[in-house]
Amino acid sequence: MKQVPDEFYPLMEQIQMVDFVLVDLTLYLDTHPDDFEAINQFNHYTKERKQLKKSFESQFGPLVQYGNSYSGYPWTWADSPWPWQL
Amino acid sequence: MWIYEKKLQYPVRVSTCNPTLAKYLIEQYGGADGELAAALRYLNQRYTIPNKVIGLLTDIGTEEFAHLEMIATMVYKLTKDATPDQMKVAGLGDHYANHDGALFYQNASGVPWTAAYIAAKGDPIADLYEDIAAEEKARATYQWLIDLSDDPAINDGLRFLREREIIHAQRFREAVEILKDERDQKKVF
Amino acid sequence: MNTHHKTYHPYVSPFDPCVPINIKTYSTPPHLYMGYQPPNLPQFTPAEALRAGTIWKAFYDPYFSQIELAKEGNQV
Repeated sequence: MKQVPDEFYPLMEQIQMVDFVLVDLTLYLDTHPDDFEAINQFNHYTKERKQLKKSFESQFGPLVQYGNSYSGYPWTWADSPWPWQL
Repeated sequence: MWIYEKKLQYPVRVSTCNPTLAKYLIEQYGGADGELAAALRYLNQRYTIPNKVIGLLTDIGTEEFAHLEMIATMVYKLTKDATPDQMKVAGLGDHYANHDGALFYQNASGVPWTAAYIAAKGDPIADLYEDIAAEEKARATYQWLIDLSDDPAINDGLRFLREREIIHAQRFREAVEILKDERDQKKVF
Repeated sequence: MNTHHKTYHPYVSPFDPCVPINIKTYSTPPHLYMGYQPPNLPQFTPAEALRAGTIWKAFYDPYFSQIELAKEGNQV
């Protein structure tokens, strides 16, 4: 089976970085709902994640499904590799 | 509902084929203080806890599934393509006899996962203290796994997971503070 | 500044069969001292944060095995 191209990994890691900031900020905001600065930062990274996701998916296919990503033709969502195979 | 994302939370790498290490790591897959127990513990507690901390339990519980997938990835990579002989040498002959290379929700000694690992007392303070203890026990397990491991790439991932236990414990401690706070009580009475 | 591990000296009996460990160490990570996290704490960059396992510098407390510590240059 065809392996993912080398460019896959750094772009995936870019998404992992931004998503991780969002995870850690989410937990912080769950207990600090009035921190205006942190919410601004959260929204900043939410925007960045949207752009990264768009760029990643245009090259490597959907990251999420059930309609949370557009699909190209043919349907590649169910294609390998899955995250644990990479 | 939950949405699956086709990505790991952290880029897991594995240096060598090492079924022995996989046997130890299974502790965090299906053990008492493992990621499955953590995810199910927090998500299950949400139904009987004050509204103010339901969001936190939801988000930490969800993150635990991402950690479960990281552990599964480590075990998968450490045992992928291992021969029956390699499994036998690693002390996984009995596992191979029952499961081949399949992952199973069990601890490092092969004890199957059980719902008895999950406390659900229905008392918000008791349950949150349970959660804090669970995070500290998982943190300790990651320390012992790092001690046992000679794979630098695995240790890198285990250190990430251990740090997450620290953050989760911090947030659960804050949740206790939220629930014991007196400020809102005047409105109630 | 709090230290993130503590030590103690276990009792050593002349009848203990294994080579005695004279100093035992245990973790006391930063969250034990934080209380309710105050706003505006210093953060890592996103790249550093992913590696560290948190965006908050105050909570960063990496654990290394004795084998790792024996090799040089592991204290990030």
